[in-house]
Amino acid sequence: MSVQALTYVFVGLTFSLYIVIAIWARARSTTDFYVAGGGVNPVINGMATAADWMSAASFISMAGIIAFMGRDGSVYLLGWTGGYVLLALLLAPYLRKFGQFTVPDFVGERYYSKAARVVAVICLIFISFTYIAGQMRGVGIVFSRFLEVDISVGVLIGMGIVFIYAVLGGMKGITYTQAAQYCVLIFAYMVPAIFISILVSGSPIPQLGFGGTMADGSERAVLETLDGVLMELGFGAYTAGNKSTIDVFAITAALMIGTAGLPHVIVRFFTVPKVSDARRSAGWALVFIAILYTTAPAVAVFARLNFVESINEQTYAETPAWFRNWEDIGLTAWRDKNEDGRLQYRAGAAFAGTPAFTGTRSDTGERLLSNGVTSNANEVYVDRDIIVLANPEIAGLPNWVIALVAAGGLAAALSTAAGLLLVISAAVSHDLLKKTFSPNLSEKQELLYARIAIAVSLGLAGLFGIYPPAFVAQVVAFAFGLAAASLFPAILMGVFSKRMNKEGAIAGMLTGLALTFSYIVYFKFVSPNLNTAEYWLLGISPEGIGFIGALLNFAVAALVASYTAAPPDSVQALVDDIRLPISAGVAHHH
Amino acid sequence: MADKDETDTVHHHDNQDNPIGHSTHDADVMSETRLGDYWRANLRLLGWLLSVWFIFSFGLGIVFADTLDSFTILGFPMGFWFAQQGGIYVFVILIFVYVVRMRNIDKAFGVSDEDSGTGDAL
Repeated sequence: MSVQALTYVFVGLTFSLYIVIAIWARARSTTDFYVAGGGVNPVINGMATAADWMSAASFISMAGIIAFMGRDGSVYLLGWTGGYVLLALLLAPYLRKFGQFTVPDFVGERYYSKAARVVAVICLIFISFTYIAGQMRGVGIVFSRFLEVDISVGVLIGMGIVFIYAVLGGMKGITYTQAAQYCVLIFAYMVPAIFISILVSGSPIPQLGFGGTMADGSERAVLETLDGVLMELGFGAYTAGNKSTIDVFAITAALMIGTAGLPHVIVRFFTVPKVSDARRSAGWALVFIAILYTTAPAVAVFARLNFVESINEQTYAETPAWFRNWEDIGLTAWRDKNEDGRLQYRAGAAFAGTPAFTGTRSDTGERLLSNGVTSNANEVYVDRDIIVLANPEIAGLPNWVIALVAAGGLAAALSTAAGLLLVISAAVSHDLLKKTFSPNLSEKQELLYARIAIAVSLGLAGLFGIYPPAFVAQVVAFAFGLAAASLFPAILMGVFSKRMNKEGAIAGMLTGLALTFSYIVYFKFVSPNLNTAEYWLLGISPEGIGFIGALLNFAVAALVASYTAAPPDSVQALVDDIRLPISAGVAHHH
Repeated sequence: MADKDETDTVHHHDNQDNPIGHSTHDADVMSETRLGDYWRANLRLLGWLLSVWFIFSFGLGIVFADTLDSFTILGFPMGFWFAQQGGIYVFVILIFVYVVRMRNIDKAFGVSDEDSGTGDAL
């Protein structure tokens, strides 16, 4: 069977599975809808959390980014896993004990303030929409490349599926589909990784394989070989980093703190029955995540090696089919700058910007470009996002593996999109409508509004997918930076400091937000030409500024709280209560 | 903030003379002292675990990574391995250590939610 036919089969089968699960797990109450009735097994919840968390960015983009960043890619590996330690130790058990529906719920109740709740809602919506745009782009890429349908048709199909199980099933439907999606995506990630590891290093365990020796009989270490190949082409060594230590430190910290502050991840721990389950569930989530995250750097190494070897110094006619297939949708390109008829892959950008094709092909067959050329010797443009998707083709794996990866990419994108849509809809129907503007809403009405909110946000997300805003890549730093600088400190202090009051928390959130927001906007949009280390604050890039934002949040909150009144007794009693796994009343001496 | 903490500590010293009588006094009400002890045990555990977390990720994987690279582990330069593999394994282990140790602390203070029968026994 052709790759396309197989992809239809795999995608069709997995999509039918998700719909069957959605019908089985319909939501009947707001508790079902927002937190899956609070009765999810911790291991299943761990799996769902892993799928919720591992987005199109983790599945499709991350190994590609690491492949091209080399050692500096560690910031994503450590940053996106280390955050779970913070989540498990500092937030998840207490938020579960608190036992409400949403993150703004906690902020609003703990800081006895509608204003605090609304600030949290705004952060949440901004963070979640930033994230969704990326998911829908992932769906579009998979559909257009593997099913050869229009990106917009692909996005519409994806939206249809998410609509069915998110609107019908709410958190309950999403939880069980996410668990299924985890199984699909991890299988789809591991199969090609194991194949490629055997191919390159002879080891069936990718985590060990990329530290081993080459299987080509040279007896050289894989990493050493890659370092050698890259340095010969003018790149830096793969195992050496380019970023400064302080920047790597700040980015890793911002990603860790940001991960722990992401509303769609936090809310997953509201769905388990008990506090002890929330702790265990976070552990399981990280186990399931670690399987992919420890494989990704291996895939990155193997893919970079394969990539260089299969295209460098080839003529266009000799290039493998995948290079030309991805060229067709504009994610690879070649400009024969020195007119020798061969692809030279070297350090630097081959030309300015993304490929602008003229619509005609040269005599040798490549698509001609109208971009202005750069002065370096590199002639090859490659979008990092294709590495994982093209990897099975690059390594010459059977067609069913390629189809499997397509289904896995869709599972990753859809599971995350659904989780995000749910927190957005809960923030609108529960926090804004029920808790802020119209408290008389009946449960039935609230549920209806929640479903309408999901449908509307899905529509918006779809628009992002069909007309991707050019700034998507630039704003990813926002999602983590803002979560780190606003929500995480507010929640943490809400649990660990009884004295923290609403004035402190709001002032902290707003200062953290203001610094992070303006720093990123300044360097990414206002003066992108100044976005270099010499202009950065303490040498910290916009990606890492969320760490400074979080520190500032803590400092400002502590200062303001020390000059304003302590929170009311009822709130202090609430803090006492969430610190204990069971509801034992606390006897006060007064 | 400081004022409140000091008064808290004073209370605890007062009650330390008779720690047992307090907790058995009333099964479902926890004295402020017991809660304080429980919370400090929790914070002590968090302190240890987060130190390990920090050392293995930011320490070995980032700050001292270049120095460690002159050693090898499983065929990798050691700093590189901690940054791209080892740190993640340590994170997983830390969460499960936390789960087990917290379970013990919960049981010791009689606030475990794991078997509802024994939960409020103490």
